[in-house]
Amino acid sequence: MQYLISVIDDHSNPGSLDRGPHIEEFNKRLIAEGHWVFAGGLADTDAATVIDNRGEEPIVTDGPFVESKEYLAGVWVWEAPDLDVALRLATEASKVCDRKIEVRPFQ
Amino acid sequence: MSDVDAAITRAHRDEWARVVATLTRRFGDLDVAEDAAAEAFATAVERWPTDGVPPNPGAWLTTTATRKAIDRIRRESRRDDKHREAVMLHDDSAPEPLGAIDDDRLRLIFVCCHPALAAQTRVALTLRMVGGLTVPEIARAFLVRETAMEQRITRAKAKIKAAGIPYRMPSVEDLPARVSGVLAVLYLVFNEGYLATGPDSEPVRTDLTAEAIRLTRLLRMLLPHDGEVAGLLALMLMTEARRAARLSATGELVTLDEQDRGSWDAELIGEGHRLVRERLATGEPPGRYQLLAAINAVHTSARDIRDTDWSQIVALYDQLVRIDPSPIVELNRAIAAAELDGPEVALAAVDRLEPRLSGYRGFHVARADLLRRLGRSAESRAGYDSAIELSGNSAETAHLIRRRDQLG
Repeated sequence: MQYLISVIDDHSNPGSLDRGPHIEEFNKRLIAEGHWVFAGGLADTDAATVIDNRGEEPIVTDGPFVESKEYLAGVWVWEAPDLDVALRLATEASKVCDRKIEVRPFQ
Repeated sequence: MSDVDAAITRAHRDEWARVVATLTRRFGDLDVAEDAAAEAFATAVERWPTDGVPPNPGAWLTTTATRKAIDRIRRESRRDDKHREAVMLHDDSAPEPLGAIDDDRLRLIFVCCHPALAAQTRVALTLRMVGGLTVPEIARAFLVRETAMEQRITRAKAKIKAAGIPYRMPSVEDLPARVSGVLAVLYLVFNEGYLATGPDSEPVRTDLTAEAIRLTRLLRMLLPHDGEVAGLLALMLMTEARRAARLSATGELVTLDEQDRGSWDAELIGEGHRLVRERLATGEPPGRYQLLAAINAVHTSARDIRDTDWSQIVALYDQLVRIDPSPIVELNRAIAAAELDGPEVALAAVDRLEPRLSGYRGFHVARADLLRRLGRSAESRAGYDSAIELSGNSAETAHLIRRRDQLG
């Protein structure tokens, strides 16, 4: 199965900024163990733009689709046989990133 | 009850979890397994009175449920011949060596108590899938509307499927945490039966205590070397043993010091004591449930409240505080310590817990009792009032009102 792993940060209580080398190390392991599909850190939510073209005219809005204290800081896509394996990796990932992690299966 | 009815009831009690578990393994779908099991039991109710009870009810039920499941999958996959063929050809129910640890029911229990499910959901799902209680029964047990309970269970099954919660034993490194999750669910069911929280429910729900004990016995059979499983079973048995003595004829809670110890169930206490001794003999460091069981063993060893070995109880609480430093454990330690150090010292310890426990009924009860013993009637009365205001078990409320009104 594939899982979307969201790294969640908090504007009012941000995680530490020195995690880069640890994440790189962790990624190497994900690749070696066959879990790594994709990964990427995201720019700040200030850089987001929302487009809604369901009506007559496309409406462009500056900023994220939902304003909240917590926001998505980065994502992984993992291949894992089941949720137990994904949760164990996510438990490590949370330490590695010093941030909360959401595990959500793809359909 | 006729012989056939009795056979059906017995089969339901003994075989439900096994049928659901076997089908879950075979079809990889909890929903299919649950429905097919329910249909198989309905068929038994129809057929057994005329056809007679089959020689091996469990095998009959599993075979019947398997047929029902295949019928359903056929119906649902009519448009998808490939899928149907796959289901029909794929039969992994071939004999495999089944050690106790490989029991399908154990896997089923671990799925139902998975940490990715909300705590209330784990309880509901365990009672449904492992305990075989109906949705209306579970809804009644937790004072929830039937439709809400149905939704909760349906959502849980959908999540298990969508999120890929596996139907297998947890890995060795996950096992202790997962077992403790299962024990928490069983203890919650037991406690809800033992001291029902709602002011409108029966004060003691023997259906729930009995179910919790039955499921814990099952878990003990499946995990015979787990100390905490043995500890929880012992704790439940020694608590259950005092059930008859805990309620007065007028439906009031009778506290430990006032109970008629002659009406305690000696057999259950004996079984509890044997489990505690068995755990002590291993020399392994005890966990939370084993310590609670040991405390109960000390209480139930005293023929009279005055014979209680309080120093032993306080020493056990000290051990418990070290592994579970929660304010409720500290409160219970203080209550026991009052018997050694006197109510004044205990009251000081209880008062220190106020910021963390002011919304907990037991805190106000303990305080009021200690103040009463110190002759501080007005403060004691206020303490009982605070406890009574926090709604809770109806028999306990009756007891607290009497205690308050006895104050001079």
